[in-house]
Amino acid sequence: MQQWESWSAFWDMGGAAFFVWGSYGLTFALIALELVLVFQRRKDTTRRLLRWRRAVGKDAGKRNGEGTMPAMESET
Amino acid sequence: MTNPERGRSLLRFAAPQNFYPLAGRLAPWFAALAVLLTAIGLWIGFFVAPTDATQGQVYRVIFIHVPAAWMSMFIYLVMAFWSAVGLIMNTRLSFVMSQALAPTGAMFCFVALWTGALWGKPTWGAYWVWDARLTSQLLLLFLYFGFIALTRAIEDPRRADRAGAIIALVGAVNVPIIYFSVQWWNTLHQGASVSLTKAPSMATTMLTGMLVMALASWAYTLAVVLWRVRPMILERERHTEWVGAELERAGKLSQTAGGRA
Amino acid sequence: MLSTFLAVLRRDLLLAWRGRADVLVTLAFFIIVVCLFPFGVGAEPNQLRAIAPGVLWVAALLACLLSLHRLFAQDYSDGTLEQLLLSSEPAALWVMAKVLAFWLSTGLPVVAVAPAMGLLLDLEQGGLPVLILSLLLGTPILALLGAVGAALTLGLRGGGMLLALLVLPLFVPVLIFGAGAVEAELSGSGAAAHLLLLGGGLAGALALAPVACAAALRISTD
Repeated sequence: MQQWESWSAFWDMGGAAFFVWGSYGLTFALIALELVLVFQRRKDTTRRLLRWRRAVGKDAGKRNGEGTMPAMESET
Repeated sequence: MTNPERGRSLLRFAAPQNFYPLAGRLAPWFAALAVLLTAIGLWIGFFVAPTDATQGQVYRVIFIHVPAAWMSMFIYLVMAFWSAVGLIMNTRLSFVMSQALAPTGAMFCFVALWTGALWGKPTWGAYWVWDARLTSQLLLLFLYFGFIALTRAIEDPRRADRAGAIIALVGAVNVPIIYFSVQWWNTLHQGASVSLTKAPSMATTMLTGMLVMALASWAYTLAVVLWRVRPMILERERHTEWVGAELERAGKLSQTAGGRA
Repeated sequence: MLSTFLAVLRRDLLLAWRGRADVLVTLAFFIIVVCLFPFGVGAEPNQLRAIAPGVLWVAALLACLLSLHRLFAQDYSDGTLEQLLLSSEPAALWVMAKVLAFWLSTGLPVVAVAPAMGLLLDLEQGGLPVLILSLLLGTPILALLGAVGAALTLGLRGGGMLLALLVLPLFVPVLIFGAGAVEAELSGSGAAAHLLLLGGGLAGALALAPVACAAALRISTD
């Protein structure tokens, strides 16, 4: 804490609290959002592909059943 | 992202079934590294780096603004690199890689613009000035949007891969031209009232904080891209045996443990 | 090789002539867009004079953008494109012919009426030759870059908006140097540098864009 006299001075950022915390806040919010979307997509894909696999049967390795593929979702 | 430095093993990991588990193993480490570096970088940025003589505390935005701007440009170059590799060597994984990079690049681009605007208001008195760097960053964001929109709009993955690669390369060729032209335009149109030469005498601690944060954003990008690329690989390779085995394993896990991230 | 170039050029010009209503629509669009500005910003002559180069260039750019989708659409739907791609001729060559025909039928008319529109915006007459020259050098670049975008978005749903999103950022340098040339001429600093840069851009686009466009057409018709 060499730079700051107190926590309230830290949060105040020399009067620029809105600009500094606005920047950091949005950045970390976007990062959190991106992570949520990535993991959601992972879960969706696994579930959808499993369903597709069971629908076309165990011999899905033979390039069949293209038509039964559920539509690609469009998020991240 | 497979690092070219890993030389000999690179070709082996160009095969999706080898890359998929590798990505899964590496991503958590990069994520942990990102958290650690962010913590160190923010510590330096907020508690070690001194107050700037002219700008006061607002300058502390620099610790995300500059790394985000660097990262957004670097990611576009990496995207173009993987697109070129994909077109030349015909490796599917490269295309998937460049598509997995795009959203993160766009995110960093937007962060750079947002933080630039919030930094600009107290320093230059306006949220937005048509400065050469800000304007180029805005155009870079549009290039990212174009790439993402094009690859999403095409349903056939083969065509989407290649079309995306072409537009990424065309964009990469144009980025220097855009930057140069915007700078040219900027010097003609802008009065000397707004000069953006920031931090002429930057304390070494400020520079250190910025570099640590830049490394943190590298680690974050690697982690999130590796995580994003995994389901994309499953999607592309869904007809193969190994994806079948992988899916069955994931299915069993989710039945017993309610899913693993 | 030259005969292929000329054959494709002649065919496309003939088709453009038969569908000349489309060309007239493009031209009308250009004129109307320019005429909208006085209603938006006010008819104060000094103000109009100040924004005239930029307005004319933006309008020309939009007119080019809106007609780009026509470049390959018909050949794509009637199968001509596939036949051309199957032929042994280098694809970049006939792509160049098609872009040239496109520019002659949509770019050139816009360039031709631009001086009249300049007078409407009270552009000084000294700026008109540079305006024409900058448009003559710049609009072919727009057509070449736009051809790559048109090839990539061929046959896609919502292709028009996508095409705009793809190519508009790439058009920015052309806009800067094109409108900048006229402004530089009017401000007395001379337009030579701008025009040289536009010329260089045209040379670069002529060398690279047809190749990229041919590759994009192969991808899109695969």
